[in-house]
Amino acid sequence: MKSSLIKSAVIFLGLFFLYFPILVLIFYSFNENKRVMVWKGFSLRWYNELFNNEQIIESFIISIKIAALSATFATILGVMIGYSLVRIRKIPFKSFYIFLSSTPLVLPELILGLSMLLFFISLNNVIGFPSSRGQLTIFISHVTFCIAFVAIIIQARLTDFNKNIEEAAMDLGYNYSRVLYKITLPIILPSIIAGWLLAFTISLDDLVVASFTTGPGANTLPIVVFSKVRLGLSPEVNALSAILMFALIIIGLFYFYFNKKFKH
Amino acid sequence: MKNKLFEKYFVFSPYFWLVLFFFIPLAIIFKISISVSEWGMPPYQDIFLFDNGFKINTTFENYVYIFSDYYYIGSFVNSLILALISTFFCLLIGFPLAFYIATSNIRLRNILLVLVIIPFWSSFLLRVYAWKIILQNNGILNVILLNLGITSEPLQLLYNQYAVIMGIVYTYLPLMILPLYGYLNKFDLNLIEASKDLGLNRIKTFFKVILPLSVPGIVAGSLLVFIPVVGEFIIPEMLGGSDRLYYGKILWEEFFVNRNWPGASALAFSGIIILVLPIVIFQILYSRWSQKNEI
Repeated sequence: MKSSLIKSAVIFLGLFFLYFPILVLIFYSFNENKRVMVWKGFSLRWYNELFNNEQIIESFIISIKIAALSATFATILGVMIGYSLVRIRKIPFKSFYIFLSSTPLVLPELILGLSMLLFFISLNNVIGFPSSRGQLTIFISHVTFCIAFVAIIIQARLTDFNKNIEEAAMDLGYNYSRVLYKITLPIILPSIIAGWLLAFTISLDDLVVASFTTGPGANTLPIVVFSKVRLGLSPEVNALSAILMFALIIIGLFYFYFNKKFKH
Repeated sequence: MKNKLFEKYFVFSPYFWLVLFFFIPLAIIFKISISVSEWGMPPYQDIFLFDNGFKINTTFENYVYIFSDYYYIGSFVNSLILALISTFFCLLIGFPLAFYIATSNIRLRNILLVLVIIPFWSSFLLRVYAWKIILQNNGILNVILLNLGITSEPLQLLYNQYAVIMGIVYTYLPLMILPLYGYLNKFDLNLIEASKDLGLNRIKTFFKVILPLSVPGIVAGSLLVFIPVVGEFIIPEMLGGSDRLYYGKILWEEFFVNRNWPGASALAFSGIIILVLPIVIFQILYSRWSQKNEI
């Protein structure tokens, strides 16, 4: 009896700790007052101002565009890595392959961002491209570090499912590419969607790498938000937080729905 | 034989991308870190000079410079200490949570797991920002403390190292819980019962049975928290004060403020060597070892 009480208390306190800050943020987004911390009354004023703030809306569109594109590319390449690591025996310099596909997971973003920026500058000195940094360079950087996350999800899924199904199909006369499209792809499709959603969210949320690789006309949403809240508070950002948290949590729920790993 | 072509395509497309956009950039960091710095744009000299015959123009000056100045080493040590403390608190909060979730019944377990990880999906930057609101002088925590009569005037909770630790533990907690849960979930609960039947008390059961079996989860979770925290830039920038400098901040300033590209590259490359390389080697060895044991 006593131990189940402790158990409930630990779980309750843990969840409270995780959700309390989010609730505070949403609560203050309805504050009428310009001074964020002084409660004046319930109002949707800041939501209204948010939707009329061109800078935020514009950066939001840029971020969505970059996130959708880089998630798509990262998913294609990540699926290839996941498949290669599980199903293909002969990979030249396999340790190097594993190193390349797993290091971006643990490398601090700051180092990654710096290396990308210096790479683009050097590339420009050598071949004259890219002449300036912007959405393209952010896109390339985001693809590079999202690949690893997709690869892990696909690798886990392919390790889980039985290779015999593929072999049986081959024995029954399916050729290699037919097995891939008719058997393997449908089985890992939910994981591919889950990987895309994860890559999309990571790209949408990235501040550090984008700050390094950004240029004229490529202020992403996190860059704009960071410039607004670095030194103080902003009621518009409160309103944005509430909306964004809600949207991202929905995406997260979809991720769990598609990622079979969490179904026991 | 068609499949051979297919396999090549699958292996080499991402291979090409990662060599070009990941490995070469890392190589460039190394190259610039051993270049001689100078005033100008770019602020370093080429490492190969051709004007009077061929000459290699490299230096370890940049490494000597950062490793002999307490400003840089001190900041790196600060970051390591910060990461150690944060990892400890993540473990302290994360372990009981992961343990109790793993020992719940199946339906509740899945709901709880999703509930724990969902905040991780909401924006990182905004979750840090939330703590800025909570810890303000007239913020919710100070209001509670004042009303309970614990303090008579608002405490300065923001812009110090404690606020930074708070923010890190909060944002990185799900990264600790997930691998812990993964290992605890596999583990046979009957072992706990068995240990109790054999006369071990709760504390002994914890230290002799539960803890040793969850070591892989603890290691995985700690690495996932520890490494990114050492390079963390946003949280100290938003919640921290001038009381402590961290690795991320000085790397940022060395590059953007001091415009010392070779110095910043040397800092970054030292970070890779000290922090990331040991883990990558460990991972490769571990994956080889587990493959061998499977066969």
